[in-house]
Amino acid sequence: MTLPSERTHASRPKSPRIIYNKTRLVTIDTGIPQEARPLKPTDVQDPNYYHKVVDCQWGCPAHTNVPEYIRMIAQGRFTDAYMLNRESNVFPAILGRTCDRPCEPACRRGRLDGKPVAICRLKRVAADHRGEIADRLPAIPRKKNGKRIACVGAGPASLTIANDLLPLGYEVVMYEKLEQPGGLMRSNIPSFRLPQSVLDDEVGTILNMGVDIRYGSPVDSMRALLRENFDAVFVGTGAPRGKNLDITGRYETDRIHIGIDWLESVAFGHIEHIGERVLIIGVGNTAMDCCRTSRRLGGTDIKVMARRPRGFFKASAWELDDAEEEGIEILINFAPKRFVVEGGVLKGMEFDRLEWDEGAKNSRVVETVFLPADDVILAIGQENAFPWIERDLGIEFGKWDMPVVSEQTFQSTLPHVFFGGDAAFGPKNIIWAVEHGHQAAISIHNHCTGISVSERLPHRMNLITQKMGISEWSYHNDYNPAARQKMQHTDLVERFRKLNVEVELGFSAEQTAREVQRCLNCDVETQFTAGLCIECDACIDICPVQCLTIARNGDEADLRGRLSAPAINLEQELYVSAELPQTKRIMAKDEDVCVHCGLCAERCPTAAWDMQKFELFISYAGSPACDSLLTVA
Amino acid sequence: MPSIVKPSATHPSLQRNALGMTIRDYEGSMSTLCAGCGHDSVTAAIVRALWEISAKPHMIAKMSGIGCSSKTPAYFVNGAHGFNSAHGRMPPIATGANAANRELTYIGISGDGDSLSIGLGHLCHAIRRNVRMTYIIENNGVYGLTKGQFSASADVGSKSKRGEANRMAPIDPVELGLSIGATFLARSFSGDKEQLVPILKAAIAHRGFALVDVISPCVTFNDHAGSTKSYLHTRQHQIKATETDFVPAATEVLAHIEQEGVTSVTMHDGSVVRFTATPKGYDPTDRRAVVTYLHERESEGEIVTGLLYLDETVGDVHEMNQTPETALARVPYEKLCPGAAELDRMQAEFR
Repeated sequence: MTLPSERTHASRPKSPRIIYNKTRLVTIDTGIPQEARPLKPTDVQDPNYYHKVVDCQWGCPAHTNVPEYIRMIAQGRFTDAYMLNRESNVFPAILGRTCDRPCEPACRRGRLDGKPVAICRLKRVAADHRGEIADRLPAIPRKKNGKRIACVGAGPASLTIANDLLPLGYEVVMYEKLEQPGGLMRSNIPSFRLPQSVLDDEVGTILNMGVDIRYGSPVDSMRALLRENFDAVFVGTGAPRGKNLDITGRYETDRIHIGIDWLESVAFGHIEHIGERVLIIGVGNTAMDCCRTSRRLGGTDIKVMARRPRGFFKASAWELDDAEEEGIEILINFAPKRFVVEGGVLKGMEFDRLEWDEGAKNSRVVETVFLPADDVILAIGQENAFPWIERDLGIEFGKWDMPVVSEQTFQSTLPHVFFGGDAAFGPKNIIWAVEHGHQAAISIHNHCTGISVSERLPHRMNLITQKMGISEWSYHNDYNPAARQKMQHTDLVERFRKLNVEVELGFSAEQTAREVQRCLNCDVETQFTAGLCIECDACIDICPVQCLTIARNGDEADLRGRLSAPAINLEQELYVSAELPQTKRIMAKDEDVCVHCGLCAERCPTAAWDMQKFELFISYAGSPACDSLLTVA
Repeated sequence: MPSIVKPSATHPSLQRNALGMTIRDYEGSMSTLCAGCGHDSVTAAIVRALWEISAKPHMIAKMSGIGCSSKTPAYFVNGAHGFNSAHGRMPPIATGANAANRELTYIGISGDGDSLSIGLGHLCHAIRRNVRMTYIIENNGVYGLTKGQFSASADVGSKSKRGEANRMAPIDPVELGLSIGATFLARSFSGDKEQLVPILKAAIAHRGFALVDVISPCVTFNDHAGSTKSYLHTRQHQIKATETDFVPAATEVLAHIEQEGVTSVTMHDGSVVRFTATPKGYDPTDRRAVVTYLHERESEGEIVTGLLYLDETVGDVHEMNQTPETALARVPYEKLCPGAAELDRMQAEFR
């Protein structure tokens, strides 16, 4: 090689592809024969395909239609948004404050600018501003269907059962050991996070459908309950037992508390004070509730003691932030050693200070540290406990002494006994309890109508074009670069004045207006018709995030390596079209960071691309899948 | 026209070139051309080529005339200089600009109407002068802006949208260039960026007038059956005379290219480029052979693409005219214009 000119007309074989990596010229020969296991065209008729593209909806255990309700909020249709939420998650106002938000880490927006849409906060906006809903709730038939269902516990799972079955004519008897309904939503979530009025309102909506609720009625014997000849029994008793820490000194004082029991005592007014120096053992969400509650009951020097480093905490990031904002100290790498009690008085605790290896798998003790304390709260986990279920009833118990329950039907080994919520598979969170309730309600309905519980309607779907004219869509397709809105908090003096001063103030109208525009409308899908494509490249050229490629087919790994932009997120689907008419290549789309702007469809001369709204139809007890969304149409 | 501007969102793996710029930094305003226009693909190829060679936007001058094609400079490198001239007058304006400032990279965008009808004379002389610039003809065979009449590049027998066939012989800019001393002639297709992008990079690097004729279908008026400049016809009849790639000039790497098979050459940055000898019977530096080859293939109805002709022995307009190394634009005014007294003295010499 001497002159550049000679190089320019030297020819190369067709198979290698040249890509530029910054300034480096790299020639890649994939080495895969051209006909290697070509991918089959993606079946977008499968409801799961586009459902997965709607990351938030897919990530939500109850599959709430998030983009649709965010658009409703954008239009000021708060009641519609609330009702759409209620259909799948039953408690929008409660969840809008307390949900563990699996939708947010899943949100596509987070992959683009690092911060997901504040979905949970927007849910609360809908709930806070909604109008009257009484006329939108399902009618409760006066004539009952003659079936009686018992629910043990009045938490979110049982309430969802009642919500789903009462409109079908069932009688629901609910047994609650406490004097008020709500389960852990009432006893364990402090009122500064979830005001009592909000809880009462949404729980009341269901109870007013005609639940026969019996307060102060702990079920002590399943045998006795079964004797009452209910058509089905649903166990939604939660995971009511806080784990103990049985080390030296544990029983020598009454100033060591079990976290969830202590929170319950606070919730019901049995405990109103705590010492100034408080140690919280454990760093999950219960620990966060305990430390922040302590801060309001007289604690001034509150330390949360974590065994492992940050990054291994169980608490949600935002709950950690909120606790630290309130002056709570979180100390890492401390393993409890013993309680120091002198003359029946708690003096503090001794800890082993640990040093962890990378990945925090193995540790070694560096030193022993004493920390003074007036009270210690144990928040190191919860367990299920079923001492009231006799083991000779046909309800089989398995590993960890947990009932054997089907993960799909929630049926136990005794056909008319069902479990759901934390009682079924251990502690999760409210949104999972709701989803368990929906699924168990389907099973109970099947069971009571003589259909096999395993016979369940699949999800169904529809696609509706959003095209209104040339470059005109019935959704707001522009990308708004706004940053995630920050929740305003009650100031640090005011919030400690009383236990029930709500800390989060909710979004202002301006914040709401900005936040709704951050949603990418991932349910408006780029729908492609291969037969119309003339391979003009217009869509590829216009796509802001380089998610489209026309290439020869290949196997998935090969194709992912030949895209316009490397497919780095392997969890996201790769759409593959049928063969294109002119060159027999295929259109590939990496769904990962598509912003659903619709420019591919706007620049397509043949309308091979269209923007179509994906609607998922989920079946609930007694409703065929396609009816479900008609209630909010 | 699109309802929104291209979202600012980018792919997380978006790469940066030697200047630290992303490919998005080389984009321009939103195109107002018809959806599916080949010109938009050419624009995308220009954007990619400029990004890949790390061109400095403030050192680029975008030149154009009138027509759909001539709108496209608005759609790339917003930060560049530009001049949108009268119809067909882009070559002389570019010649003047180049004469005044030889340091800029000139990218002229024209169409078959602008270059082969009204501006044909100007084009010929810019080629003869070997003005250092990249001259892209977005060639679709019709006057799209005035509803699809045949242009001077329409093939005999090609049918209009209404069905009548063209009877006048076409002007082929590549053959024209061969006959008047062009030094860089290439043809490509808007639907084939793998070929077009390296050709554009080579054209920009060429020290002279680089003519790139790009078949760029008019999706509105000339993409039907019977057209010889449609996407389908071009795909069916395109043959590649040369496989083209562009390697920027750097430290010399010597290698012997085998006459048969592939020779892998490791470049100074560690990457590997695979060479094969140019096809037997085709030598892009032999003008007579290229003319013969083009005539042969075109009589078969084939569209020959690739870098078709290259001559690096001829100096550009500045070398021919022995202008100073320094761009005239940077020569102080007093030196450029020595004043009336000096003029009088010079004239006195001729009396």
